[in-house]
Amino acid sequence: MTDPVVVTGLGIVSPTGLGTAPYWSATRRGVSGIGPITRFAADGYPARLAGEINGFVAGEHLPGRLLPQTDRMTQLALVAGDWALADAGITPADLPAFDMGVCTASAQGGFEFGQNELRNLWSQGSRYVSAYQSFAWFYAVNSGQLSIRNGMKGPSGVVVSDQAGGLDAVANARRQIRKGTAVMVTGAVDASLCPWGWVAQLASRRLSTSDDPDRAYLPFDERANGHVPGEGGAILVMERASRAVARGAHVYGQVAGYGATFDPAPGSGGQPGLARAIRLALAEADLPPENVDVVFADAAGIPELDQAEADAITEVFGPYGVPVTAPKTMTGRLYSGAAPLDLAAALLAMDEGLIPQTVNVTPAERYRLDLVTDHPRAAQLCSALVLARGYGGFNSAVLLRSGYPQRVAAAR
Amino acid sequence: MTERRVVITGIEVLAPGGAGTKDFWSLLTDGRTATRTITFFDPAPFRSQVAAEIDFDPEQHGLTPQEVRRMDRAAQFAVVAARGAVADSGLVFDNVHEHRTGVAIGSAVGATMSLDQEYRVVSDGGRLHEVDHTYAVPHLYDYLVPSSFAAEVAWAVGAQGPATVISTGCTSGIDSVGYAVELIREGSADVMVAGATDAPISPITMACFDAIKATSPRREQPETASRPFDATRNGFVLGEGTAVFVLEEMESARRRGAHVYAEIAGYATRSNAFHMTGLRPDGKEMAEAIRTALGEARLNPDDIDYINAHGSGTKQNDRHETAAFKDSLGEHAYRIPVSSIKSMVGHSLGAIGAIEIAACALAIEHNVVPPTANLHHPDPECDLDYVPLTAREHRTDAVLTVGSGFGGFQSAMVLTGPGRRP
Amino acid sequence: MTERQFTVDDLHRILVEGAGETEGGALGPDTIDTTFDELGYESIALLETGSRIEREFGVSLSDEDVMDSRTPRGLIEAVNTRLGTTSGAAV
Repeated sequence: MTDPVVVTGLGIVSPTGLGTAPYWSATRRGVSGIGPITRFAADGYPARLAGEINGFVAGEHLPGRLLPQTDRMTQLALVAGDWALADAGITPADLPAFDMGVCTASAQGGFEFGQNELRNLWSQGSRYVSAYQSFAWFYAVNSGQLSIRNGMKGPSGVVVSDQAGGLDAVANARRQIRKGTAVMVTGAVDASLCPWGWVAQLASRRLSTSDDPDRAYLPFDERANGHVPGEGGAILVMERASRAVARGAHVYGQVAGYGATFDPAPGSGGQPGLARAIRLALAEADLPPENVDVVFADAAGIPELDQAEADAITEVFGPYGVPVTAPKTMTGRLYSGAAPLDLAAALLAMDEGLIPQTVNVTPAERYRLDLVTDHPRAAQLCSALVLARGYGGFNSAVLLRSGYPQRVAAAR
Repeated sequence: MTERRVVITGIEVLAPGGAGTKDFWSLLTDGRTATRTITFFDPAPFRSQVAAEIDFDPEQHGLTPQEVRRMDRAAQFAVVAARGAVADSGLVFDNVHEHRTGVAIGSAVGATMSLDQEYRVVSDGGRLHEVDHTYAVPHLYDYLVPSSFAAEVAWAVGAQGPATVISTGCTSGIDSVGYAVELIREGSADVMVAGATDAPISPITMACFDAIKATSPRREQPETASRPFDATRNGFVLGEGTAVFVLEEMESARRRGAHVYAEIAGYATRSNAFHMTGLRPDGKEMAEAIRTALGEARLNPDDIDYINAHGSGTKQNDRHETAAFKDSLGEHAYRIPVSSIKSMVGHSLGAIGAIEIAACALAIEHNVVPPTANLHHPDPECDLDYVPLTAREHRTDAVLTVGSGFGGFQSAMVLTGPGRRP
Repeated sequence: MTERQFTVDDLHRILVEGAGETEGGALGPDTIDTTFDELGYESIALLETGSRIEREFGVSLSDEDVMDSRTPRGLIEAVNTRLGTTSGAAV
């Protein structure tokens, strides 16, 4: 454990900004990207708000040949991958192909592409289904396309654990670096803002039916009544600290601890697993709870789930024991893309010494959380904990440490 | 710290031709095939009309009516197999802790069958773009997110450690087991219920493989449609099924006196970074995965006694992997049996890698290697010993199994007999 | 019945719709004998293109028509041959 695994590149595609600078600028100012759905006619559905990415024109970033064979989430992931590698100062063509790998998460695959081809199949016939359907919709597509675009022949992986998967992918990328791969591209992007994806999400009974963008997604608030889905996520570049320092790369921070657990079956009794996941992450990072400077919450926006998360946080850190925030109140929940974006936000927060706020929320006293609301909070942040949970009982936690030690080392 | 090693202590397979490990092994060792003209829907509009289907009655396999209602067919397979594997292993949570027990289930295409059926309903046969939510089934979200498969398995066996679905296309089965092995080795779990499942035989899947002419268009004698390594092969035959294993840290398995089928000694995955569906003929990336897996197992190429090939029966694949075997094992590749069970049970996408691992473990257990059925006219470009038609008694201590999938994934795993590796 | 010809412009349009545009720009006299591979269209692109031609022109193309036509000229000729013999041309 002498050579930590660090993040050296960020590529952000989010409803509040395309690219790190616009995203962070919006986030630290508390600007929300939630609004009425424009991608399709949503008036007939009980939920009508989303965190859409506006102004993304895939053809401005990607070759024409890639467009008909990719879902929107793949186009976003490929562009985020380009940005992350550029940010890391890595030109893949300069490195041995087997030294670079890709591990992404996916929650839902290329659902919009899938809807179009299902429509072709059932309205016109099987001969109208695209030749690209065989891979454009499936869960592995982003890892595959990222490896092809960047010539990366090292270990590849794809994890699917709903929203928790974004952290599981990062942990698996770190595992591959520890086993010897020099550079891993990881993270996740999800985007299922199409009618078929929307109807499937409605079935979770977790979507907010509010029409007021400022009242729709209120985790830890008495008025919480579900979440607003969004699209996007983040792609990260990771490598060993020694390698990053040697080449003079900017180190955002270290992935110092990880824990993943699964809740007991519903109705079976037993303790939910989130507190255990947090403890596993802290134990691996060898960090006592009092040294954790901020928690980026999963923030389900469903009272029972908010309660379970608050219980886990207070169990480990004590009531009001650590600042907690949920910048995803500005983007909506991005499924597997949410946690990688939270990792990016946490790294940027540590860089600046500023905890971004949870917008629109008035925290309910019963949760006993020190929720950062109304304004961002200045704080020296040496560590940050990111939590993510997936539908059915998946719990994952990642503990980040700031990149300051590596920056000092690099300066010497 | 002493090295943590991982062994298989429980197996359950649901494969075409017989649901259950015993029936599966009889089918393979008899060299029988389970491919037939599709019965799930009218295959007339499709180019490819043959598949390897399972005659599966979920309630007969112990699923409750509620479980049947809420789960996609692939999830039903996985839950039945997970319960079977745990029963086979004799594992109870007196021996191990549920917090130290995790789940890794591979699946390439998730709840495709349910999504296809439900789309048809909510879109009114494809007529509506803004599909009608009032016709949606309550469990549609579980079909949207295939992570529900891992959740169902975790609930079924009582696991509360790390749980996930691994979805790397047609290498999902090897990669989910490989992922589970890595978790046990690093100490994140002591037991993993791991395997893979897919139930893709649905109009949308047939249509998408028709569109790229990947599946066999052979209609006469459907039982002979899957012909890996044969000169007359013309595509793969879609299948379905599952295999789930109980994987344990070797010392704790020994302490509780568990029967050990095999050790998973090495695993690696690489990407060809070339094309989402195409393969270069040289097989360099698969060869690299094989070399890495052998290195992890601390074995030499000469130690391998049998190769369970990906052997999908497409022109491209069978040459690609033949080249990879020669590249990685050298002359030894010519001296050992190589076979493809896809000739008998079809290609169940993400599930097949796990089903093939089961075949490898059983080959080690019985010292018998399954044949390649339907191999009557060897392709001159595929010039290894593919064990045509008839199973063979063969001392099998160390086995290599490989997979190759859309997305460019190339995976390799090495299994060894219990106690056969130093 | 007037016979419909399959032209280089048709091919270019269908390629771009189904498989996307390459940097090379429009197909024309200069590129009609360049291989699809060099033009940046691989096997899946050609299968998609073949399927779209079949649907739009009501022809049935064999695997060989599509996969063995290595250049635009070859594919255009194969399609026009089929257009001349649409009845019973299914292979």
